[in-house]
Amino acid sequence: MPGRARALTLPTKKHPMNDTDVAVRITDVSHQFGEAGDAQHVRALLDTSLDIARGELLALIGPSGCGKSTLLNVIGGLLSPSTGHVDVGAKRVNGPMPKDIAYVFQENALFPWNTVLENIKLGMLFQGVAKSEHEPRARQSLGAVGLSEFANHYPGQLSGGMRQRAALARALSLDTPVLLMDEPFGALDEQTRMVLGEDLSVLLSRTKKTIVFVTHSLGEAVFLADRVAVFSARPGRIKEMIAVEEPHPRKPEFITAEKFTRLRNQLYELLHDEIRKTVEATSQAPAHGSAA
Amino acid sequence: MSGGRIEIERDRRERMTSRLVQAGFLVGLAALWYLGANYWGINHLLLPKPQHVIAELADILRSGEFWPDLLLTLSELAGAFAISMTLGVGLGFLISRSALAIKIFEPLLAGFYAVPIILFLPLYILFLGLGPASKIALGATISFFPVVLNTIAGFGGVETLHITAARSMGASNWHLLRYVLLPAAAPVMLTGLRQGFTVALLSIIGSETIASLAGLGHRIVHLAEAMDTARMFAYIVFVVVIAVVLNALVSSLEARGRRE
Repeated sequence: MPGRARALTLPTKKHPMNDTDVAVRITDVSHQFGEAGDAQHVRALLDTSLDIARGELLALIGPSGCGKSTLLNVIGGLLSPSTGHVDVGAKRVNGPMPKDIAYVFQENALFPWNTVLENIKLGMLFQGVAKSEHEPRARQSLGAVGLSEFANHYPGQLSGGMRQRAALARALSLDTPVLLMDEPFGALDEQTRMVLGEDLSVLLSRTKKTIVFVTHSLGEAVFLADRVAVFSARPGRIKEMIAVEEPHPRKPEFITAEKFTRLRNQLYELLHDEIRKTVEATSQAPAHGSAA
Repeated sequence: MSGGRIEIERDRRERMTSRLVQAGFLVGLAALWYLGANYWGINHLLLPKPQHVIAELADILRSGEFWPDLLLTLSELAGAFAISMTLGVGLGFLISRSALAIKIFEPLLAGFYAVPIILFLPLYILFLGLGPASKIALGATISFFPVVLNTIAGFGGVETLHITAARSMGASNWHLLRYVLLPAAAPVMLTGLRQGFTVALLSIIGSETIASLAGLGHRIVHLAEAMDTARMFAYIVFVVVIAVVLNALVSSLEARGRRE
């Protein structure tokens, strides 16, 4: 068990941070779907090691099928990696860890038969929060995302952007130190994404959570993240790590700043070749399933 | 907002119009009956006069002679539906837990559903006799299929994302069943239960008219054979009213179940 003696280890090249600063430690994680030789065999993720600091906002970005969603699901315990392991705090991830990790899914993971308020309370019921806390905590997190007036609406009565706010409120009410988001604004239009991104930056700078989110949007990655992990094409691995170094909450003016443009262009250059590789690979083999 | 109000107003008017046409159709039918039986010389053994039917119906209700037959038919229905509901929901849920089981059993059950099972009534009577047991068994068999098929469809169609989301928040198996699977499956499952109830009622009354010792269907055939057509019509009206009331009851239960 390499993780056992971890408290005594010194920072290494693989894990450059001190243990106390680390919220999520990813060690040599690889994942493949199917067995080698199968038609469906996909090496989604290759030998990834990474430390995510407490309170850090890390964006995962890369071409389709590069394994960024796979990595997110491995961190969240929704997927058991083929090799390697993930530690959250002092705990080895072996399955969902509802006390430590909350999820915001790509779209509409709210239960359509419950109102927004009921959805949030249900999350806390699943997680095991005392019943007396359900109502005040649900109201508080609804207020935090600006949906107080829509507590008794059903998800079907809300716009896509509001539904994602509600999903975020449900995740926030669980009060976990780690929040994982899988393209939370992926299904929304550009304007809505921008507004939600700004709100998210304000909100998250207050909560001090460790956040990992997958995105396709270069602008979103630069605007929200402290660090951006750029993935290479399949089999995915982290090709480059870019630090944004801009305090939270980020102002809308940041988008027009020279630094923002420079970082965005840098990401674009890094991604351009990878995306071209992916597009060419998939157009040669159109039947290939996506692993991301 | 005024646009919405106009729409609601138009909806209401359309509903009123269709109700009026429906009522008019029924009144016209009754008028034709009255004219045919009273003035156009249709043999009253084939078509009794409506006023006689009403008098017979009043007599049936006053005397209370319908009670034993009604209670028997209703208890057969309750027995049949209890069996098909328990087995249909239970087996349907178990089958829905495995994609392979769905692939195996769903086409099989759908195939059986298409068979007119009433053809097996002689067999049921041979095994279970002329009494209520054969009616209960037949009703249970026929109503089992819509219940089990819709239960499979209901539980099989639950969004994987909802299950994953619940699991990620720490839902136990019981939580998952109570708060995710059941509410997700309920609309389709309730439709199956309503269909099952309807076909159970049909098949029980139907099989009573073919071979039985008592019950509402039996009574109607008995009166037909005695050429007491007016009283037979009165019983038919009685059964129709009972069926309409039961269906309305089940539909409202279904609607309430959907809302929850």
